[in-house]
Amino acid sequence: MAETIPAGSTTDGVIQVGQPTDARVSAPASYDVADFPVPHGREEDWRFTPLERLRGLHDGTAVADGGVKVEVAAPAGVTVETVGRDDARLGKAGKPVDRVAAQAYSSFEKASVVSVPKETVLTEPVRIAVHGEGGTAFGHQVIEIGAFAEAVVVIDHTGDATVAANVEYLIGDGAKLTVVSVQDWDDTAVHVGQHTALVGRDATFKSVVVTFGGDLVRLHPRVVYGAPGGEAELYGLYFTDNGQHQEHRLFIDHDTPHCRSNVAYKGALQGAEAHAVWIGDVLIRAAAEGTDTYELNRNLVLTDGARVDSVPNLEIETGEIVGAGHASATGRFEDEQLFYLMARGIPADEARRLVVRGFFAELVQQIGLPELEERLIAKIEAELEASVG
Amino acid sequence: MATLEINDLHVSVDAEGGPREILRGVDLTVKQGETHAIMGPNGSGKSTLAYSLAGHPKYTVTGGTVTLDGEDVLAMSVDERARAGVFLAMQYPVEVPGVSVSNFLRTSATAIRGEAPKLRTWVKEVKEAMERLHIDPSFAERNVNEGFSGGEKKRHEILQLELLKPAIAILDETDSGLDVDALRVVSEGVNRVREAGQVGTLLITHYTRILRYIKPDHVHVFAAGRIAESGGPELADKLEEEGYEEYVKGGASE
Ligand SMILES: Nc1ncnc2c1ncn2[C@@H]1O[C@H](COP(=O)(O)OP(=O)(O)OP(=O)(O)O)[C@@H](O)[C@H]1O
Ligand SMILES: [Mg+2]
Repeated sequence: MAETIPAGSTTDGVIQVGQPTDARVSAPASYDVADFPVPHGREEDWRFTPLERLRGLHDGTAVADGGVKVEVAAPAGVTVETVGRDDARLGKAGKPVDRVAAQAYSSFEKASVVSVPKETVLTEPVRIAVHGEGGTAFGHQVIEIGAFAEAVVVIDHTGDATVAANVEYLIGDGAKLTVVSVQDWDDTAVHVGQHTALVGRDATFKSVVVTFGGDLVRLHPRVVYGAPGGEAELYGLYFTDNGQHQEHRLFIDHDTPHCRSNVAYKGALQGAEAHAVWIGDVLIRAAAEGTDTYELNRNLVLTDGARVDSVPNLEIETGEIVGAGHASATGRFEDEQLFYLMARGIPADEARRLVVRGFFAELVQQIGLPELEERLIAKIEAELEASVG
Repeated sequence: MATLEINDLHVSVDAEGGPREILRGVDLTVKQGETHAIMGPNGSGKSTLAYSLAGHPKYTVTGGTVTLDGEDVLAMSVDERARAGVFLAMQYPVEVPGVSVSNFLRTSATAIRGEAPKLRTWVKEVKEAMERLHIDPSFAERNVNEGFSGGEKKRHEILQLELLKPAIAILDETDSGLDVDALRVVSEGVNRVREAGQVGTLLITHYTRILRYIKPDHVHVFAAGRIAESGGPELADKLEEEGYEEYVKGGASE
């Protein structure tokens, strides 16, 4: 797997100094869908996305009809509420940055708010099950962690649905939140969402985004820091099969001094027309002295016909930082590697498994959630099993 | 008693202007316990022969037969050939990122032996084999061939030879790129496997240097895609003095 020789894909990185902020976004952020023109596909933030597969989420023709069930199971001490649009806790992490996120924000009727009171340390995860039953839905979820509280939240997406939904994480001072969002949709689902974390003083946010399913998944994890000392770790793992479009667009806004961010996303692609997109935008604003950031994206292309677009982008407006770096590489599982392993008696499917397991192993360990580890490995095996040949 | 029989083997590769014939009728029989040196100039088709026997998809067999104890090798997939006992130490071993040497060796040994080796004896077996080949224990945790020097790659190939104990070992220029010390270490490894008497060895080389350490029973001169002359060890001495001139004249693979 010679690095950075993607066939039919682009891998480029840019370090820019003093660029306008959030240059990739084609319209200013807004809660109102009317503030965004309908994308036509050539905009910087839409150029990789097959609009015709969005089922009208981007042009106002998608109509909510329910058909998506959300169940929250929370340990004692956690408050779970369904609130109206005017609840003061909504929209605090940040505005929607694209038309579909704004459509979701303009269209949801009820939002769900999960609150962990301050200084509460949960020993069990909060589990949110989002199950599609073939319908179209707009949603909004707020997860609020009080100061010095600690929680793990697992959000599972399954079934078939067309969903535009945003999630906000409000992380209090000194709090620790780990969120695992698993997109295990049927291969017919469409899921678009913006996940924005507002990280408090000395707070820790760990996000694990796992995308296996869906016809089209486009997620927009964003991090903003409310006060100094915040730390964000963003991990992602995707397995893009035949015909799937899986897009992860990250934005980390270092606007506050002495915050850290670390991003590691890895994806494997298999099958014709599999398309993975990874955008990693990190902005270090002039005020953000003492910032330490690193982002990495690696892709492993297992078969011909799969396409990867991986675009890290680092903008630095101050020299007073601890560190900033990025790496992106797309490798192919080459025929030569397959031959070498087979020449040692290892059957082709096992050779492929060996390489894919090896590819993800380090990341899975780094995530450091033993329960998830097993599930991820089992899921990767199943994905390989299902799409071999 | 393992016997590899190659009869009138013709092999082509896809070249720009259509298929190009590289092997033009190779005949060779290698029996268990024997060592055959195949010597020839650059481009004569030595690696093509090695890869064709292992089943590399780049090479198309257009004629002839290859059997191992009567079994049709050409009908087998690459991994089946390996499990049947054909081992190829490659001229340019391939890097496999993400797969550690220890994991690779164990997976391979499990496939070849038909069952997972017992962990305790296996760890010892690998450790001792690595020591004998002067491979630092830290290599076990490194990714297969990734960042290995030329010499380290070759020693790693011979490590596999020692662990997998094939019926037929094809060593494609295992000597190239090795300094004298490494050549000795690697040759000793090959000789340990040979001394067990279970392997037929096809030693492909450009230079006679390695033959000082590994004594062949038969020497074949390979030129223009076939065996041009066969003889005993004395043929190697002749090549040492006269080079390939005589065989290349008017006979290159063009
Ligand atoms: N894809 C290809 N297209 C055209 N010619 C090829 C192709 N692959 C191999 N060849 C040619 O086949 C011939 C034999 O190559 P091979 O690697 O078998 O030689 P060799 O005897 O092993 O040489 P060396 O001593 O350099 O290792 C060479 O002339 C080579 O250029
Ligand atoms: Mg060669």
